[in-house]
Amino acid sequence: MSRPAYRRPEYQKINKDLFVLTYGALVAQLCKDYEKDEDVNKYLDKMGYGIGTRLIEDFLARSCVRRCHSYSEVTDIIAQVAFKMYLGITPSVTCNNASRNEFSLILDKNPLVDFVEELPAGRSSLCYCNLLCGVIRGALEMVHLSADVSFLQDRLKGDKVTEIGITFLKKLDEKKYRRKK
Amino acid sequence: MADAVLFEFLHTEMVAELWTPDPDPGSGVSAGRRRPRREDGVMGFRVGQALGERLPRDTPAFREELDVLKFLCKDLWVAVFQKQMDGLRTNHQGTYVLQDNSFPLLVPMASGLQYLEEAPKFLAFTCGLLCGALHTLGFQSLVTASVAALPACKFQVVIQKP
Repeated sequence: MSRPAYRRPEYQKINKDLFVLTYGALVAQLCKDYEKDEDVNKYLDKMGYGIGTRLIEDFLARSCVRRCHSYSEVTDIIAQVAFKMYLGITPSVTCNNASRNEFSLILDKNPLVDFVEELPAGRSSLCYCNLLCGVIRGALEMVHLSADVSFLQDRLKGDKVTEIGITFLKKLDEKKYRRKK
Repeated sequence: MADAVLFEFLHTEMVAELWTPDPDPGSGVSAGRRRPRREDGVMGFRVGQALGERLPRDTPAFREELDVLKFLCKDLWVAVFQKQMDGLRTNHQGTYVLQDNSFPLLVPMASGLQYLEEAPKFLAFTCGLLCGALHTLGFQSLVTASVAALPACKFQVVIQKP
């Protein structure tokens, strides 16, 4: 075969499954360690933050994003470039206020919950994908943007869609945001 | 589809978080709570079991134990780490040594003897992964890992007889 073995489509799917399965195992383990949903959520957010602060370098190295001049552009890049690159999905973006610093990412599909049908019993407040919020927050902080990121709606909790809310807290400083060369 | 790096980032964060002392003041332990190594392995086991079910198996039935280990060294390793295992040795009595000269989860750390003490933490999950995959394929095993010099490592698999 001239094609390298790892390019076989089954293997590429396994690679994606590997991350999703590992994430699931992590959440299961945290649910064993912490009784309260809030503690699990906080821990996932914290881990996500740590990942985000490193993932941003990987992202900037792989993508050719131009300098952003507005929070709206930043959010578009998160949805259309970053989510696409790492999770293969493109959430839609809505702006929630007139000052244009509150946005929502609406996730139609979410690969992280591919193998999750419903939240475990007694875990109704668990934000299963809270890692994502931490990742976004950590990545933004590394480009000097401070934001609150949280799940506003969650299909796993019975909502119609899964929605991540991003609220930018500080004024965008153009000088500080620069593309990594 | 998820980029392969996502798994590496998640794995690194899991090792960092699960091995640091817990600063929870409510725990009542001044030195903090250090999680045991087996939790990484337990998570790896669960993932290995699930992956074992998903791997394409061209040969419908493995003739021998050795075939299964070869399958892991080639197919599982390629699927998970995009490379084959570099060496497989056995004593033909249930013990196998799998050698990876450039283990992808160690490569970003260092090469040589730096971080030798830290290296086992980065192998616990993968030991569980191998154990879980073997379990799905019908074998009970004990898997341990050792590092002489990064990024090379060896996984020792001892198949447990029923």
